[in-house]
Amino acid sequence: MGELNFAQLWSPIRLTIELAFITTILLLIFGTPIAWWLARSKARWKEAVATVVAMPLVLPPTVLGFYLLLLLGPNGPGGWIAGLYGARTLAFTFTGLVIGSVIYSMPFVVQPIRNAFEAFGDRPLEVAATLRASPWDAFWSVAVPLARPGFLTGAILGFAHTIGEFGVILMIGGNIPGQTKVLSVAIYDFVETQHWTEAHILAGGMVVFSFAVILATMMLGRRYGQQGR
Amino acid sequence: MSVQASEISTSFAGTLGGFSLDVAFKMPMRGITALFGPSGCGKTTTLRCMAGLQHLPGHFIVGEEVWQDSAKGVFVKTHERPLGYVFQEASLFQHLTVRQNLLYGARRAGDAPTSDALDFDAIVELLGIGHLLERSPVALSGGERQRVAVGRALLSRPRILLMDEPLAALDRMTKEEILPYFERLHESLALPIVYVSHDIGEVARLADTMVLLAKGRVIASGPLTTLQTDPNLPLVAAPDAAVMLEGHVAHVDEDFALTHFTVPGGTLIVPGRQGAPGRERRLRIAASDVSFTLTAATDTTILNCLPARIVSIDGLNSEAQVNIIAALGADGSGARIAARITRKSQTALGLAPGTSVFAQIKSVALVR
Repeated sequence: MGELNFAQLWSPIRLTIELAFITTILLLIFGTPIAWWLARSKARWKEAVATVVAMPLVLPPTVLGFYLLLLLGPNGPGGWIAGLYGARTLAFTFTGLVIGSVIYSMPFVVQPIRNAFEAFGDRPLEVAATLRASPWDAFWSVAVPLARPGFLTGAILGFAHTIGEFGVILMIGGNIPGQTKVLSVAIYDFVETQHWTEAHILAGGMVVFSFAVILATMMLGRRYGQQGR
Repeated sequence: MSVQASEISTSFAGTLGGFSLDVAFKMPMRGITALFGPSGCGKTTTLRCMAGLQHLPGHFIVGEEVWQDSAKGVFVKTHERPLGYVFQEASLFQHLTVRQNLLYGARRAGDAPTSDALDFDAIVELLGIGHLLERSPVALSGGERQRVAVGRALLSRPRILLMDEPLAALDRMTKEEILPYFERLHESLALPIVYVSHDIGEVARLADTMVLLAKGRVIASGPLTTLQTDPNLPLVAAPDAAVMLEGHVAHVDEDFALTHFTVPGGTLIVPGRQGAPGRERRLRIAASDVSFTLTAATDTTILNCLPARIVSIDGLNSEAQVNIIAALGADGSGARIAARITRKSQTALGLAPGTSVFAQIKSVALVR
């Protein structure tokens, strides 16, 4: 066992945080309208849409990864998009990882936000309408602030889940240092090559991180639970 | 349809979630109109349709403003209707302070013209909520929340105020505490108020006009006192039947601390010093507190003995009791009151429509 290579440790950490950060922002941008629609729509087929969004919860990551690979690959729509700027494929790129992560982590963000939207019901929005707020105005001035705990939980879970994903990443991103070699893959690699110290540092860090995330979510839940009504 | 600028015309007909509503009535542009009826009679649905929160074919026209006219395809969205709405339960925004709640509608109403001086300080003063402004709605009592909700609605510069059983979720004590504020609204604002309630006590205290609903239909509408003394309506037959009279103070008898009120067709005496001469008050006479004599009794402790004439007698579906409507004044031209007496007494005195009598009123309550 040689000396610790900090660059080797730092690169996957930086990449992972970058991925989780971008993914979380995109999850909030795309997940919020989906959650709003699922909470408010009276369409009969909305539960079918909810099911599609929730599929990554139960699908084996390899299955999801396999289809994503086809979608992102040279013969899929991902390849076509990549062609627009002269590349061949979105698979095995950072962009590909972002797309995969957004799909994979979507249920973790949509569900709490949808629950929060459903929890306060129609009444606050009706009140806002009687006070001259347009639907768009009411969404920002009433719905979003009231659903804040849902947004926080969703963002934390989406961020944490993106950091922890492994199977999908391996399927669509492989193991390219500095581009797609994120934390979970790096740990796998360190273990495979018997770099126990490095594996310990990263794995131990993940344990501490996970503990902090879950504790934070639970404390947030308690705080808002006490505030309610 | 012809609608005068001085009235509010309402008409909705259709089915919502299995409930069939078919109502049409007009209300004056002044004072409080109560939509009254038992639970499930469609009064809240009617109010929600007025606000545009629900959509049934028909029309809703406030003065010169057409907010809905299905025949012409007009339906103004709720947020574009200058109305105030007070919901049954606490509906304050929990993420805002009381002050921010009050200003939520005010900010969005812009510079809409208004007939009253509805500025922030005046409303806060009127409702007595000045000490609550920086608090969170979570920290308010039920009565305080409803007062803030009323203030918030008023500050959005409404052309009409719609109130959906605003006191129903409150206990008796809190109701008593909040009703005077509503009466102040009534006295100080020219704003028309539509007040939904199933509590005849509230309606009797507040309303000027009443729309009586049952099973999604209008049974009757008109001035409160007219409906209360209409023998064909269920109000007269209710166990707690009573009649409201508008009176003004004639003079105060300082020796005995009694106030004499002039009402149409007579004078009523109420204990206590109840205000300066000329002051208008609303009096309540319960049907069970009225009895009749054929001659003016001189040896009675009852102060209020007024000449009156019997208008109608109804059997109440009871073997024992009858309901009598009588008009005050020797010629029967005054205000109408209701009385509940036994059929035995009615027979003994030979009471019939047109009989001249003296109405003995055991107690007169001031309700406003």
